[in-house]
Amino acid sequence: MNKSNKNNERLINVGALARVEGEGALHIKMKDNKVERVRLEIYEPPRFYEAFLQGRDFMEVPDITARICGICPVAYQMGCCHALEKAMGVFDDLDPEIRQLRDLLYCGEWIESHILHMFMLHLPDFLGYESSITMAADHGPTVKKALRLKKLGNEIVAILGGRSVHPVGACVGGFWKAPDPVEVAELIPEVKACLDEMCELTMFLAENVDFPDFERDYEFVSLKPETGYPMNLGPIVSNKGLHVEQEEFNQAIEEIHIEHSTALHSIIKGKGAYMVGPLARLNLCHDQLLPRAAEISPKVCKAVKKQLPWKNNFFSLVARGIETIHALELTLNVFENYKVPKRSRVPITPRAGKGGHGTEAPRGICWHEYETNADGSIKHAQIIPPTSQNQMTIEEDLRELVAQLADLDDEKLCLRSEHLIRNYDPCISCSVHFLNLKREWIHS
Amino acid sequence: MAEDKIKLAVYKFSSCDGCQLSLLNLEDELLDLVGAVEIAYFLEARRQVLDPPYDVGLVEGSVSTPEEAERIIQVRKDCKTLISIGACATSGGIQALRNWADAELYKQTVYAHPEYIDSLDTATPIGAHVFVDYELRGCPVNQYQLLELISALLTGRRPNIPTHSLCVDCKRRGYACVAVSKKQPCLGPITQAGCNALCPKFSRACYGCFGPMEQPNIHSLGKMFAEKQDCKPHQMKHLLRSYNGYLEPFKQASEYYEQIEQE
Repeated sequence: MNKSNKNNERLINVGALARVEGEGALHIKMKDNKVERVRLEIYEPPRFYEAFLQGRDFMEVPDITARICGICPVAYQMGCCHALEKAMGVFDDLDPEIRQLRDLLYCGEWIESHILHMFMLHLPDFLGYESSITMAADHGPTVKKALRLKKLGNEIVAILGGRSVHPVGACVGGFWKAPDPVEVAELIPEVKACLDEMCELTMFLAENVDFPDFERDYEFVSLKPETGYPMNLGPIVSNKGLHVEQEEFNQAIEEIHIEHSTALHSIIKGKGAYMVGPLARLNLCHDQLLPRAAEISPKVCKAVKKQLPWKNNFFSLVARGIETIHALELTLNVFENYKVPKRSRVPITPRAGKGGHGTEAPRGICWHEYETNADGSIKHAQIIPPTSQNQMTIEEDLRELVAQLADLDDEKLCLRSEHLIRNYDPCISCSVHFLNLKREWIHS
Repeated sequence: MAEDKIKLAVYKFSSCDGCQLSLLNLEDELLDLVGAVEIAYFLEARRQVLDPPYDVGLVEGSVSTPEEAERIIQVRKDCKTLISIGACATSGGIQALRNWADAELYKQTVYAHPEYIDSLDTATPIGAHVFVDYELRGCPVNQYQLLELISALLTGRRPNIPTHSLCVDCKRRGYACVAVSKKQPCLGPITQAGCNALCPKFSRACYGCFGPMEQPNIHSLGKMFAEKQDCKPHQMKHLLRSYNGYLEPFKQASEYYEQIEQE
């Protein structure tokens, strides 16, 4: 796959990236040990969601956009539900009980998605395994604990939506049906047990994993509600002065097409690349975590010998751990106080309108904007997934990493680059609109 | 001994990853499963790739690019048994909606530079390109049906996957009929079972994510929706054209409703 040292040029091509959700490829071109070009190519075939949404009824949208990604369908359901509630003029009518159930649904997805990424996709990089399958032979108990947690995350989503991949419970206006209190009560002991387990697992990772030293001066962007850790609501802020209301976000960023690249990149207007996701959220909102997560984060900082804010995205492994603890705590709080709400959704009369909203997918802000016709059908749709927002930052990271590690042989450099890409948990199926793809296959 | 194990390959074409994820969502069975088969090719889960041939290939996704149309031919050659899993692989999936549209217009709607988009004008099921030995329905597949299928392959028996309508499962579970009690256009009577009647459980109409049952009477259902629920032809068309819209007889029926919509 790789080819080196022809006219002092070194070309590293990682064909298909393993252990990312979706498909991507990495191209690095070096000349005289200087990085000439780094390109993360996304060759996810375009599926034209934004085109075929046009004309569909607004109530169909959450089920359709869920199909953008099997790993984070809830993120797509939450983004479009909020945006369409704005378009329909019912956004402020939603009861607090419905909002709480939405956070709960997101908790389930954060747990299953974070655990999948941490233990099955990301940890093998840190420990030097090709996969969690091989890792399980040496770390059986850890993998088993992780599977237990992942299962719980899936069960939480299933309580609200029947199944964890493309759940059917959420709708514009709330939920088709509120969860069954018996099913909720039955799951409480498992949530408690998993919360303890997750605290131990997170400390285990913080104390036993070697985190590569790789800091950069990122612009971190996340939602930041007045209270509570970001999930469904809140203005959008950064560590470098961005502070916009939800409605203004789409004006604050732009999607650009860089000549050498094949993908759309999001940048902050007038500035440049930025980072969304667990590290951004933790850096900006760590004082808004629930008690158990808040208590453990200084311990994690001590173990990794770095205080927050972290400028090293290899720490995203433990950032996801802290967020998972928070999500389990929030789940427990909601479960223990759960009563079937008076109504599970607010009534909606279709109208012509417009609305945009971003929520915190496990991988970062997932932005939706819709315009509707008077009969409630979709006139225009725009979706900006987190991976396309992170793409430029990933490439900038790679450029620096490759420059630092230029002495490594191709295979090692390749592994390190892949490891870095996986810090971002890039969900490439989510690439609603990545451009295609001139692939350069080089076989040695 | 690893050599004696069945070599399993898992492929992705145009899809959301959800059906492959269903394999990883078998948390209780996963470690036993990877003990029972050799995971020879599964990029979403592991870096290591073993050389073909493979005993069993599971294919997720539909064929929607020229590259995929070529790759599926090789995949067929590499796998002794080839199984398409999920709505994209068995029907073309939601992205097959482009098959009725002007593909160029779609490109222009989504992309600033449509000239860079190298995709086919259609998204089609795996079976439209190569012979497949078995098709497992669902958007997403039911993970336990997937497990049943793999178990059946391991033991050399026929998988027990029912093809009756969702209504059968719904009635068995005692859910209230949403088409009657809520007057919602429920596709349960014409949809294949497999999801355990999830939508009726959540008091909403089935939207057909497991595709058509064997010999569904679509027009009779459409007539009832039109008479009792004031369901318009374009609504019927949209109901049929979702995750399995390009699969017969949903395809043909949706074209019928499109025709009367335009009259």
